[in-house]
Amino acid sequence: MSSHYPDPNVPQPETFAFTPEVMEQAKVFIAKYPAGRQRSAVMPLLDLAQRQDGWLSRAAMDYIAGLLGMPPIKVYEVATFYTMYRLRPVGKHHVQLCTNISCWLRGSDDVKRAAEEVFGIGFGQSNDEATLEEVECAGACVNAPVAQIGDDYYEDLTYDNAKALFQALKDGKPVQVGSQIGRQTSCPEGGPTTLKGDA
Amino acid sequence: MPKLTIDGIEVEVPAGTTILQAAEQIGIEIPRFCYHERLSIAGNCRMCLVEVQPGPPKPAASCAMPVAEGMTVKTNSPMAVKARKGVMEFLLINHPLDCPICDQGGECDLQDQAVAFGYDRSRYTEQKRAVQDKYMGPLVATEMTRCIQCTRCVRFAQEVAGAPDLGGVNRGEHMEITTYVEKAIGSELSGNLVDLCPVGALTSKPYAFNARPWELKKTESIDVFDAVGSNIRVDARGNEVLRVLPRLNEDVNEEWLGDKSRHAIDGLRRQRLDTPYVRKDGKLVPASWQEAFAAIAAKVKTTSGAKMAAVAGDMADAESMVLLKDLLTALGSRSFDCRQDGAVFDLSNRLSWQFNSGIAGIDEADAILIVGSNPRWEAPVLNARLRKRYLTGKAKFALIGEATDLTYKVDHLGTGPDALKAVADGSSPFAAVLKAAQKPMIILGMGALTRKDSAAVLALASQVVDSCGLVKDGWNGFNVLHTAAARVGGLELGFVPGANGRDLEGILSGAEKGELDFVYLLGADEIDTKRLGKAFVVYQGSHGDAGAMRADVILPGAAYTEKSGTYLNTEGRMQRTARAVFPIGEAKEDWTIIRALSEVLGHTLPQNTLAQVRDRLAAISAVFDEDTAVPAGKWGAFGAAGTTDAAAFESPVKNYYMTDPISRASRTMAECTEVYVNGNQKRKTGTHG
Ligand code: SF4
Ligand code: FES
Ligand code: FES
Repeated sequence: MSSHYPDPNVPQPETFAFTPEVMEQAKVFIAKYPAGRQRSAVMPLLDLAQRQDGWLSRAAMDYIAGLLGMPPIKVYEVATFYTMYRLRPVGKHHVQLCTNISCWLRGSDDVKRAAEEVFGIGFGQSNDEATLEEVECAGACVNAPVAQIGDDYYEDLTYDNAKALFQALKDGKPVQVGSQIGRQTSCPEGGPTTLKGDA
Repeated sequence: MPKLTIDGIEVEVPAGTTILQAAEQIGIEIPRFCYHERLSIAGNCRMCLVEVQPGPPKPAASCAMPVAEGMTVKTNSPMAVKARKGVMEFLLINHPLDCPICDQGGECDLQDQAVAFGYDRSRYTEQKRAVQDKYMGPLVATEMTRCIQCTRCVRFAQEVAGAPDLGGVNRGEHMEITTYVEKAIGSELSGNLVDLCPVGALTSKPYAFNARPWELKKTESIDVFDAVGSNIRVDARGNEVLRVLPRLNEDVNEEWLGDKSRHAIDGLRRQRLDTPYVRKDGKLVPASWQEAFAAIAAKVKTTSGAKMAAVAGDMADAESMVLLKDLLTALGSRSFDCRQDGAVFDLSNRLSWQFNSGIAGIDEADAILIVGSNPRWEAPVLNARLRKRYLTGKAKFALIGEATDLTYKVDHLGTGPDALKAVADGSSPFAAVLKAAQKPMIILGMGALTRKDSAAVLALASQVVDSCGLVKDGWNGFNVLHTAAARVGGLELGFVPGANGRDLEGILSGAEKGELDFVYLLGADEIDTKRLGKAFVVYQGSHGDAGAMRADVILPGAAYTEKSGTYLNTEGRMQRTARAVFPIGEAKEDWTIIRALSEVLGHTLPQNTLAQVRDRLAAISAVFDEDTAVPAGKWGAFGAAGTTDAAAFESPVKNYYMTDPISRASRTMAECTEVYVNGNQKRKTGTHG
């Protein structure tokens, strides 16, 4: 959650503007809403801004407020409400580890240890390579323990596979998204347990 | 109309009414924090839980639940009480319970309701949350740990004030009320946030740690910082006014009050004239009343009435104006003016200077043309009413004058008389809007009426009235918005030039040229005192401002909190201030000064009591008589057709926070000027409060 609060030590840029390409995308979102209701596009636009810069600066939020004709505070409210918006810069890999009950019972402590060893940082800390964060239930308890890294989920983590995963990310090697033990979506581990044959 | 039963009492209310409102109608008060009758419904505090049948077997938030036919509501059943106790316990989990050092103590909704519904001890042993305090400007102090997130302040800023600067950021237990960018709330109504906040999270900065509510003597009075005549309560301890709060008056200020009216009161203790002064060898020296009167008498004895004049200021009460006029009339003068800005009206018809539709008329108007006025600064409470009307979407707004942010959208027709001419001759599309409206209104400000060409502007406005049908059966949409509290009273009692008398410009140029030898300033500080030439100037008033500086004799008068004075607001509504504290030092109530002076001058006025002075007022005009209904006047054509200047209308109020001797003496207003007018938003360091 720490990336959810602005970092007083990181200077806020003075200005922000969408690049022409991002602006094209923004226009598509804005066009989805009837005239006078453009402010409904605030969430996708915040996401675009975050993708452009890697995080949301005050200038970016003010820019979007101006673009959509809404009071800046209304944009701040949205951006601060959803934890997916990052209000401070993060490292190359934004590693969010779930430590809620299901993940914790299934060994999230080990995953945390693996991450700390590979990246050399703890929860709430950041370096160029990565930002490590503790998050609440990621909604993928079935495949606990779970980490969200960037836009992707990595599931069924253990100390070993997590360590390998993090190392691969760090080394820029390709990694497997989703379950790390070959589970198909959220099916039972090791294959079907019911309806195994014709009745 | 659904019928329901609340606590065994059957009641029928219009559909759409909420349970809480229905209960209110039959005198049952349901506790609440977030609900406020003038704000939208948020339903987030849960204090108003009641038991409702039929429905799910759980308590319901009565502020957000509309009534339905056949409902049975129990506001005090064991279930409701238990639910409320639970809510209270939750609210108190993170509340610091620092009542002994909290300014809200003694008038805190949370405190009161905790007494009613709280447990006497806490079961909570964990850490409480703490929230960093926020900067919200020079008037609102914050202690955000006390906040219960009712969002009343957020809704007020957005809905009533039209300054959406506040919001709730983060979520869950991390939620905080803030401007996020640490800026002053951009509104002239920000003081009302303090009244609205049900706990001590938002308190008054200038009043911080000054007094407890039970120590204060509360006096119901009237505000004189603008011409709206907001109803106020003056809270004093000893002989010091400590704060001013609004009083409810649906027809005038509802329950709001502008920041200047609320917070300029520290000016009542600074720059005060507390003793008479007489100029000796070019220097003002303190004197006794006898000496001061003698100095005036000596001058008056050698001056003919025709060479005397009097100007009344913007805060003068009607009593002192009428006596001053009577006295100078007896001395032979006919040169009076109560219009320090030289405003032009048709002095024979009060319809030409009143806000004829009434302030409450705004609630019904469906087309509103504002001309030469910035109501946001000239009358912020009235502006909030305009905004309220705007938000209903039932009225169209247009503005002729400087384009400013009035907190609502207006169709900007132009800046000067030409745009008004276009409405008058029908070439502006807004003329059609006015014509089509049921209750159209024009609001004419002092920016339009204090110009060289104002007679012609008044004629144009009058033409708009006729061509667009602003005056019709049961509706008069010709409205003048004054900026001075004393003005309408002065016009009504005839503090204007008599036959062959001089008006303000005549008085000033007369004094400049040496044609006038004696000028009496009754609290008049907004005139160009340099133009008074060599005239002998008497200044009667409360503050050492421009007028006193130029005076040859100073007579210390009372400020509005120190006397009972009659004022007519911009609608012509008669209201009276009340004495909350005594005048400072040697200062006296103004009418008594003039009465005493009249004796020394050998023209003793017959009025010996305030009641007699008021009888005199009532004899002049029924408007001053509480018991007589004033017949609706007859509409006439006002002004004189003539050429107009193309120059833009400019509002006379250049700085809302400093418009008169009191607010100019106020430190709080100086700070507001710094922040809001000069745009110096830097957060002051040092002790807060
Ligand atoms: S500051 Fe006061 S009014 Fe605003 S949300 Fe908190 S408790 Fe409510
Ligand atoms: S507890 Fe970790 S995903 Fe739900
Ligand atoms: S008053 Fe009903 S929920 Fe707050």
